[in-house]
Amino acid sequence: MGLQGWRNVLALKTSKNNNRAAWQRAFPVPLSHSQITRLYSRFHSLDKGENGALSREDFQRIPELAINPLGDRIINAFFPEGEDQANFRGFMRTLAHFRPVEDNEKNKDLTSGEPLNSRTNKLLFAFRLYDLDRDDKISRDELLQVLRMMVGVNISDEQLGSIADRTIQEADTNGDMCISFSEFIKVLEKVDVEQKMSIRFLH
Amino acid sequence: CHRLLPKMEGAWEIAFVLFQVWLSIVVGLIVLPAMFGVSLGFTDIYIKVLVKTLEWATLRIQRGQKEQPTLPSQSANGIIEKDDGSMEEEIGELRRSHPKNLAGGDFTMCDAFYFCKKGIENIVEDQVTQRFTSEELASWNLLTRTNNNFRYISVRLTIIWGLGVFIRYCILLPLRITLAVIGLSWLVIGTTLVGLLPSSNAKNWLSDLVHITCYRICARGLSATIRYHNKENRPKKGGICVANHTSPIDIVILANDGCYAMVGQVHGGLMGVIQRSMVRSCPHVWFERSEMKDRHAVAKRLKDHIADKTKLPILIFPEGTCINNTSVMMFKKGSFEIGGTIYPVAIKYDPQFGDAFWNSAKNNMVSYLLRMMTSWAIVCNMWYLPPMTRQDGEDAVQFANRVKSAIAHQGGLVDLSWDGGLKREKVKESFKEEQQKMYSSMIVGLDCHEASEGPV
Repeated sequence: MGLQGWRNVLALKTSKNNNRAAWQRAFPVPLSHSQITRLYSRFHSLDKGENGALSREDFQRIPELAINPLGDRIINAFFPEGEDQANFRGFMRTLAHFRPVEDNEKNKDLTSGEPLNSRTNKLLFAFRLYDLDRDDKISRDELLQVLRMMVGVNISDEQLGSIADRTIQEADTNGDMCISFSEFIKVLEKVDVEQKMSIRFLH
Repeated sequence: CHRLLPKMEGAWEIAFVLFQVWLSIVVGLIVLPAMFGVSLGFTDIYIKVLVKTLEWATLRIQRGQKEQPTLPSQSANGIIEKDDGSMEEEIGELRRSHPKNLAGGDFTMCDAFYFCKKGIENIVEDQVTQRFTSEELASWNLLTRTNNNFRYISVRLTIIWGLGVFIRYCILLPLRITLAVIGLSWLVIGTTLVGLLPSSNAKNWLSDLVHITCYRICARGLSATIRYHNKENRPKKGGICVANHTSPIDIVILANDGCYAMVGQVHGGLMGVIQRSMVRSCPHVWFERSEMKDRHAVAKRLKDHIADKTKLPILIFPEGTCINNTSVMMFKKGSFEIGGTIYPVAIKYDPQFGDAFWNSAKNNMVSYLLRMMTSWAIVCNMWYLPPMTRQDGEDAVQFANRVKSAIAHQGGLVDLSWDGGLKREKVKESFKEEQQKMYSSMIVGLDCHEASEGPV
């Protein structure tokens, strides 16, 4: 995380007035003081090498994540393109997608554009689980690979192929045999994304 | 120069006399009563004073906390809300709003949401990794080592803390080390002497006496306050005693109230000396490292031991490793295949007085023992559960799980099926394959053969 990050955490812990703006400057994520400290605690306990950043192995050490069929894709979401280390800022940024959507969020002064936990950004997160090469389209090949991750050896290639074909047919509106992000959004417009892609803190 | 020598000798004499006085106080007031199982009440008074002090400290901290926001404690329910639904329920809910098309398989792209959410939940908080580090306390107990999030509150609190450091390191620690040395020496010497006797009832009785008195001295050496429940269920000869494992101190706790045959690997060094002398007075089961790999040999030796009704009950910790006393993890089935009666025991430590968990990744044995001896005290409850035997139609794994649930229920611990070996090893691929199989059956139905419908 670096010295500045630590200073921020320290500032949070000792701040006498609960100044939301000050926290938001420190982290681009409007979480409460205690929630951020909790997550930092968790980050630190996962960081076995104690170098202020998580590697893919650190994530794999969580047994329940290691047995998740999409575990590797989820872990990948924490690492920006071409990087092997996730610092605390990046960790928080990725987790921020899963904040519940509150109607009375006062984050207009926060960032330009949408907050990370908007419906669109949640869908984008899921889209990127399928989009392996990050070219903003889900090709038949990519869909097949992700399906293979989810089903293991239990379904034949032909059957999986037909499932992939049907899925693309349903979603594809411009005939390029790929699913773009806008097509993805259209197909899932009735799904309760806000509820299903959110994590609630108990405190 | 000549005048210095007598002064120095004088100083040595005084030191020697002081040492003798110290030793006789310790022996007279602690060792001898301990050996006879008599309590002079010092520990009780100490614990009472400690409880009052910690309550006071908690109030001060809470008062201080009202002015400044601070970390709320991790409740037993964890830090995030988790849906307890099965894979089928959750994915079913997701698909409800999605138009269904049955031709060619039942897959929708929102299925990934389920795995995604579960994965993120586990990154924030999972059931397994938290069991391998010490439990977090609800309020600070004035030990620096548990000071995670508690800041400077007041001068008075700091003074009490400082006093605590002095008492623990300068008064209690030397006392406890003395007791431990006395206890272990007594064990080695006593068992060797008893070993010289021919086999007889007298020998067994003396061996039990030596063992129990030694463990009692060691328990005093940790300021251990142990409350035993349901003593009528105490393990009998020819049986197997199983307990949840938190630290090597479990042995001292258990052996304070009964005599057991220990099971373990042969060690070198001081442990080896103790093991060899113990086995002279009564049969314990020590395995060489190479023997441990051969499961049949191990099972045979244990079976032979329990078949002999004159031998003491075996003590086994089926988890195979130390867990942090908030949960009970998978019991290895080996001890449950041997047959014989199982006497389950639940041990729950009170973390307020001292954290008994041995985090072998962080501390080696010596630094762990030092931590124990500089804690306030070891306070724990021990429940003897009614004996259990394997029922018809139950295999060893099911039996092990049944015993585990009983222990977890009694001790107020979380009952987990995860293997304690995950502390060091990776999880088996077969668990992932189970998840994949479960999901596959949701896409194509339970019969995972070629679909009757071809591609559209």
